[in-house]
Amino acid sequence: MVHGRALLLKIIDPHIHMVSRTTDDYQAMALSGIHTITEPAFWAGFDRGTVEGFRDYFNQLTLFEPARAAKFGIKHYCWICLNPKESEDLQLAEEVLKIIPEYLDRPTVLGIGEIGLNKNSRNEMKVLEKHAELAARKNELILVHTPHLEDKLKGTRLIMDVILNHKEIDPSRVMIDHAEEHTVEEIKDKGFWVGLTLYPQTKFSPERAVDVIEVYGSDKIWMNSAADWGISDPLATLKAANEMRMRGHSETLIQKVFYENPKAFLSQCSKFEAS
Amino acid sequence: MATQNSLMSAKEVLNNYFLENRARLLEIAAFLDRIDRAKDPEVGEADFRYRAFRRALKILDECKENRIKALHLNFSDLSIEPRESAAGLKGAYGAWEGASFEDH
Repeated sequence: MVHGRALLLKIIDPHIHMVSRTTDDYQAMALSGIHTITEPAFWAGFDRGTVEGFRDYFNQLTLFEPARAAKFGIKHYCWICLNPKESEDLQLAEEVLKIIPEYLDRPTVLGIGEIGLNKNSRNEMKVLEKHAELAARKNELILVHTPHLEDKLKGTRLIMDVILNHKEIDPSRVMIDHAEEHTVEEIKDKGFWVGLTLYPQTKFSPERAVDVIEVYGSDKIWMNSAADWGISDPLATLKAANEMRMRGHSETLIQKVFYENPKAFLSQCSKFEAS
Repeated sequence: MATQNSLMSAKEVLNNYFLENRARLLEIAAFLDRIDRAKDPEVGEADFRYRAFRRALKILDECKENRIKALHLNFSDLSIEPRESAAGLKGAYGAWEGASFEDH
């Protein structure tokens, strides 16, 4: 349902790829109450060819985007990693993994992400394992990308196994994002946080995402737009919040899902401060 | 599983969502008709995605609860071992080519 009243909410969009979005999107988000965002490192739509290409990207995430966001009063944080879609070239992956620690101490970097799997391959598993080792060694928060569509169930299970093998990683400091109805329960049962992504066709509609809140509860769960270079919507969180209100959910619960929950997870990194 | 029932009455659910879901059903019917009218409908009917889709329609009709999870499982790769290589693979199809639909 897209009709409803205008919302005056404080919202954190904890997963959005602003390097792919226009400045108009920053303006629309600021006017709509989205004043804090976090941006995981991701695949550019093509494979980068060199480690220097990754350096440029990490500098864009940690220097340029926070400044672009600040012009609209938006706090921009990010996560650093090599995306699983670029894990098949193990030699390049090793080179990129070596430079990642240089960026983790920058003031707007919240942790390692979005790591995970894409096609659930052995090389993707190797690179995931190295990211998990790094996160464990540096005590970093982890943001996980789970695979798409038919690969999601298997990939989610493989990812959770890899992370749980690291006893020093607390699952409550790991967000398993892009969960869907067939993975939510297993993720929650293992103590991880659950991320629901509002993305046309391949992930959640606002209606289904709110169904999940009704069925599985609102604890340790966040929603995000994951807006990127595909057909996607940087205001998707507002539409889901509106769907909750239309169904009669309280303002307190809406605020919990869209602000207090992401704030609670992200505040486990001392660098994070919500606007 | 369920921790909270809907705050809406069934009538409210119908009032709010019937029309858009009726439209979705018509889109599905038109999609299947379009395959029938294709130059080579037998190729479409043999495709693993088409077979998963037809199975999904049966699940919708027969499943009495948690239809959404049943549909996800119908489309999912249910194997356990990692893929040997993802070289040349980026996207997903939406259905698992390895599914044996007769077993469902």
